[in-house]
Amino acid sequence: MGEFKVHRVRFFNYVPSGIRCVAYNNQSNRLAVSRTDGTVEIYNLSANYFQEKFFPGHESRATEALCWAKGQRLFSGGLNGEIIEYDLQALNIKYAMDAFGGPIWSMAVSPCGSQLLVGCEDGSVKLFQITPDKIQFERNFDRQKSRILSLSWHPSGTHIAAGSIDYISVFDVKSGSAVHKMLVDRQYMGVSKRKCIIWGVAFLSDGTVISVDSAGKVQFWDSATGTLVKNHLIANADVQSIAVSDQEDSFVVGTAEGTVFHFQLVSVTSNSSEKQWVRTKPFQHHTHDVRAVAHSPTALISGGTDTHLVIRPLMEKVEVKNYDAALRKITFPHRRLISCSKKRHLLLFQFAHHLELWRLGSTVATGKNGDTLPLSKDADHLLHLKTKGPENIICSCISPCGSWIAYSTTSRFFLYRLNYEHDNISLQRVSKMPAFLRSALQILFSEDSTKLFVASNQGSLHIIRLLEGSFKHLHTFQPQSGTVESMCLLAVSPDGNWLAASGTSAGVHVYNIKHLKLHCTVPAYNFPVTALAIAPNTNNLVIAHSDQQVFEYSIPDKQYTEWSRTIQKQGFHYLWLQRDTPITHISFHPKRPMHILLHDAYMFCIIDKSLPLPNDKTLLYNPLPPTNESDVIRRRTAHAFKISKIYKPLLFMDLLDERTLVAVERPLDDIIAQLPPPIKKKKFGT
Amino acid sequence: MAALEEEFTLSTVPLGAGPNGLLGVEQSDKTDQFLVTHGGRTVILYKVSDQKPLGSWSVKQGQIITCPAVCNFQTGEFIVVHDNKVLRIWNTEDVNLDKVFKATLSAEIYRIHSIQGTEPLVLFKEGAVRGLEALLAEPQQKIETVLSDDEVIKWTKVFMVFRHPVLIFITEKHGNHFAYIQTFSSRTLSKYTLFHGQEEKSVIQNFTASVDRKFISLMSLSSDGCVYETLIPIHPRDPDENQRVVRSLLLKTVVAGNARSGVALTVLDQDHVAVLGPPLPASKECLSIWNTKFQTLQTSRELPQGTSGQLWYFGENLFMLHGKFLTVIPYKCEVSSLAGALGKLKHSQDPGTHTVPHFVNWEASRGYGFGSQNSEQSKRILRRRKIEVNVPPPAFEQLLSTIKKDSEKDIEVELCKFLAVKRTPDFHTIVGDIVLELLGRHTTEPSFYPRNSLMQLIQTHVLSYSLCPGLMEAALEKTDVQMLQLCLQQFPDIPESITCACLKIFLSISDDSLQETEINMESVSDCSDPVQEKMDEQTEILQNGFNADEQNCDSCDRKLNQKPQDAAEETTSCPVVPKRAALLNAILHSAYSEMFLLPHLKDIPAQHVTLFLQYLYFLYLKCSENATMTLPGLHPPTLNQIMDWICLLLDANFTVVVMIPEAKRLLLSLYKFVKSQICICSELNKIEVSFRELQKLNQEKNNRELYSIEVLELF
Repeated sequence: MGEFKVHRVRFFNYVPSGIRCVAYNNQSNRLAVSRTDGTVEIYNLSANYFQEKFFPGHESRATEALCWAKGQRLFSGGLNGEIIEYDLQALNIKYAMDAFGGPIWSMAVSPCGSQLLVGCEDGSVKLFQITPDKIQFERNFDRQKSRILSLSWHPSGTHIAAGSIDYISVFDVKSGSAVHKMLVDRQYMGVSKRKCIIWGVAFLSDGTVISVDSAGKVQFWDSATGTLVKNHLIANADVQSIAVSDQEDSFVVGTAEGTVFHFQLVSVTSNSSEKQWVRTKPFQHHTHDVRAVAHSPTALISGGTDTHLVIRPLMEKVEVKNYDAALRKITFPHRRLISCSKKRHLLLFQFAHHLELWRLGSTVATGKNGDTLPLSKDADHLLHLKTKGPENIICSCISPCGSWIAYSTTSRFFLYRLNYEHDNISLQRVSKMPAFLRSALQILFSEDSTKLFVASNQGSLHIIRLLEGSFKHLHTFQPQSGTVESMCLLAVSPDGNWLAASGTSAGVHVYNIKHLKLHCTVPAYNFPVTALAIAPNTNNLVIAHSDQQVFEYSIPDKQYTEWSRTIQKQGFHYLWLQRDTPITHISFHPKRPMHILLHDAYMFCIIDKSLPLPNDKTLLYNPLPPTNESDVIRRRTAHAFKISKIYKPLLFMDLLDERTLVAVERPLDDIIAQLPPPIKKKKFGT
Repeated sequence: MAALEEEFTLSTVPLGAGPNGLLGVEQSDKTDQFLVTHGGRTVILYKVSDQKPLGSWSVKQGQIITCPAVCNFQTGEFIVVHDNKVLRIWNTEDVNLDKVFKATLSAEIYRIHSIQGTEPLVLFKEGAVRGLEALLAEPQQKIETVLSDDEVIKWTKVFMVFRHPVLIFITEKHGNHFAYIQTFSSRTLSKYTLFHGQEEKSVIQNFTASVDRKFISLMSLSSDGCVYETLIPIHPRDPDENQRVVRSLLLKTVVAGNARSGVALTVLDQDHVAVLGPPLPASKECLSIWNTKFQTLQTSRELPQGTSGQLWYFGENLFMLHGKFLTVIPYKCEVSSLAGALGKLKHSQDPGTHTVPHFVNWEASRGYGFGSQNSEQSKRILRRRKIEVNVPPPAFEQLLSTIKKDSEKDIEVELCKFLAVKRTPDFHTIVGDIVLELLGRHTTEPSFYPRNSLMQLIQTHVLSYSLCPGLMEAALEKTDVQMLQLCLQQFPDIPESITCACLKIFLSISDDSLQETEINMESVSDCSDPVQEKMDEQTEILQNGFNADEQNCDSCDRKLNQKPQDAAEETTSCPVVPKRAALLNAILHSAYSEMFLLPHLKDIPAQHVTLFLQYLYFLYLKCSENATMTLPGLHPPTLNQIMDWICLLLDANFTVVVMIPEAKRLLLSLYKFVKSQICICSELNKIEVSFRELQKLNQEKNNRELYSIEVLELF
């Protein structure tokens, strides 16, 4: 297959931000996750847990509460006091509305989905009516003494429970007055803590209120009498989150020690109708605070400061014991944060608020498989480009020639020209960007770096010709009439004739750049596209989907290629389909048209279309065969998928030239090292 | 519900036992005051609630009171009869009976009856009855004879029926009983022959009676222990005819059939009778309250010091003689519910049933759990198990009965049969039962020690200490070291005290008696090693951890080499005979908890501690002979076990062993050897650290670099 020099890069100092809230939507089986930097991500649990959408963060917009309302509308509230509704089609913020109650700590949508409650810093609980295109303030509930940190509706919608500091209030929704005030014991293992913060409440239909607090307690209250019914002391630290299943037969809590406890309503004795809440399973998948939990019908979902999103299927709810029943741990975004200039061996790293440009080193030595070659020149950090303003960077790109850098935030688009003079590098911003270029979801340079393609969040695609130090707007492909879906992924053919663009759900559109018209649309597939690329010479469009299927579509012929049909007929190897991270990048070998390079977070693969496809009996991940093996056997056992799992977690991999690869890894240990220290726990023997 | 309250003793002076001790207890005209007539000369008036006497009167020396004193309710005077014929009448102000009113009658008096509402009635021994007033008016009047010859009055009582007294007395003549009813309204005397019915042989021991409107219900307690009832009409149709009345069984076996004395019966109310007597042949005497309607025992009170067969019941108080004291037990009968009336079951232990000890079968209850995948299957197993538990195999039953009576040989045969049968899931509990049964017989019959059977049962590998708690104690008692060794090897849960007791026996048993026993020698290997050989090998230990060929080490090594040699010279050979070594190895293998073992170890005599230490030191040296630090043999003690026991022994007995010169030498050599070992270990530590560094270096090379260019070949 071939020998490569691999630039193994580990200096991409990327640290995902911690998870603050998760909200599960049962109708669409989607999960909204907000992070501490204000980013909101949407995961499609039906599509192999693919992160299909994201809303960039904002420095001043720390999200403290997140919830879904009727019609799959997503709301968030944050410390800036604004209620934000997200537009899931256009992938931007629909509106932000000040609740005028100071920072918002909690939020809850009524069981019917038409009313929104927010709990504010000033102790007020505000009720909003959700109108078809906005929300409207209705009234305040009785003001409480301190901030409202948690809210929960009774399933009938008549009462709510609000967790504050040291007490829980039960409100009557109709009158807006507090019916009960349930004081929480501050004592913690005999020591009186200063305050007991009610981090979460859940109101069950039988009137029970479950509260979790900073003293490590899970408490059951009778809301009718306002009395404590049961007390579980489960942690030495805060219990920070709670989520109840729709059937109200189980709930999950997350603690600051990183433990997630599952509680279930089980019969006191077998075949008795009397049931009680029992702490059944502890899970320790986190090292840090579990700030948010969610309970889908089949899984417990948790996320916290350690940045992992953990989806733990409940074995008793899973009908088929297949790979879906396995634990999922999602750490890295399912999109590319790295672009590469092949010509100049440059890597552009995208962070939340800055970009880094690195030049790869070089070597003159050669070696055999597994050798680490001595460096004749080390990697250089060329540039550190900080954004202006509080907004996070949405996307960035460096041109293949290395002379252009473009990036975009929610409100501004930036284009820079880079000049190289020996070892010196000068950066020049291209000013006066046109008004329509405000926010881009994806940026791409053509292979010859003369054209810039920008997918805006309005669904339109802009083509801009780049000249020395200036630019010219060539054309804008408007979205198909009636659709507003934004394009998230772009691919351009090396010859510059074709542009493929894909949204989150509709098919892939292929545009003819020469004639500036839509060439064709690849039929829509059930699962979202995770990566796109157009092969040189053949102009075959290779599409990877979140269910791990890979299609090859011939753009000139407007049909799937023979190879794609064959592999669809035969089916992919079961181990290939069981991978749990999506393919995030596809590239091609310049000299070997039969090869497709693709990678996910834990492997990279070269598909050799000339070789036979593996079936389920053959070994997919073949370890390196002994070198003295005879050619015959090797040929017999060889199949199209050449997989290497050496580099992981792999964030980016590309071919620099025929014999050189660049692999960007981000070891988990390095991320953990940059996290705040976890709560120290005494371990036996230490 | 009938209930007996706390009893109390009335008289502080001891009374003579038997009928002579206490003649009777009678009511006085004031409630709560009773006249107690002691056999002999004294009459005492007691206030029961205060438990103190109010007055005491005695007749002169030589005179004997023959009839209990009564109170004339109409005048408030007391009447007593002494010397059968002399009446004395007095009241509370009188001090000396000699000086009170006296009347001498012409016939001997059997009893004076006095009840509320009528004048006292005097019953003469010949069966005649007179009113007291009439008698006093003419003391020397002639008294007719009613009874025939040899007919004696056994019992008498008076009732008020329609404001007129009715007197009943029972006579006996040649084993036949007759009842006479004297009514004073019509001045008639009717005679009834008590017909015994089918129970001809039983002897009537005691009577009591209650009255209805038309009948006197006469209850009799027979010698067969049953209470019979006879209904006697008060107003007979034909007074002159001798009538027969048949008795019927009222209560069955209220007292033991063969009770000789101390049996008494008294009616308490419509439905309750009090019975005094032993309820079982062997048991102590008891006061029992029976409900005649439901034939149930309501309550009972044991009277361990015995009683006299006299029982009086007056106004909520039962009077009886308990030991030598007059005892009062207040009795209350409240409105009872059916459940209460059903009352207590008589404690009956049927000697035919044997009690099977109960064990919790943990394995059977295993498998209950939430949502287990194969719950269906496990339930099925459980059901099957239950059936098996419910029906113990017949071989087991047979075996148990064999154990009860047969000889050891028979038991062995039966046991073999039993063990040959397929094992059931509760096999271990059954085996435990068998062992307990064997031990039970052993305790009652010390000569019975079914050693072979027990050994066979232990070797089923299913027993544990808790299943047969007495087994090891029995073996300890018998100094059965073979059995103890087997137990130590097989049981996972031996208490530390028992382990230590075994250790003591193993150390103290004489070599001669060891020679006779058969002991599993598995854990001991070539203890017959001659001294010389060991000394040769000893030189090898010295190089343990070092390569003997590489003698380029410094003088430290040489020093090391010498030290253990000195030590080795002192431990010449195995300090114990192989058999004892095997026993001690069993101890070394057993599980223990230091905390519980240490206090027991302190009890071991010092010379035994020394011996054991010597043996442990020997094992330790032997361990060090090879690089893996193990002993040869099939189940040798491990180095850790040896070390732990050395530490334990020293911890427990250090101050003692230090004082013994012989042990002191041993300790010194042990110390030298340990020190040399520590030197070796520290050297090893250094080597290990260097290797660890090497590994770390290797890892860092793989991981830590932020940037590298590597070669990758894909095949």
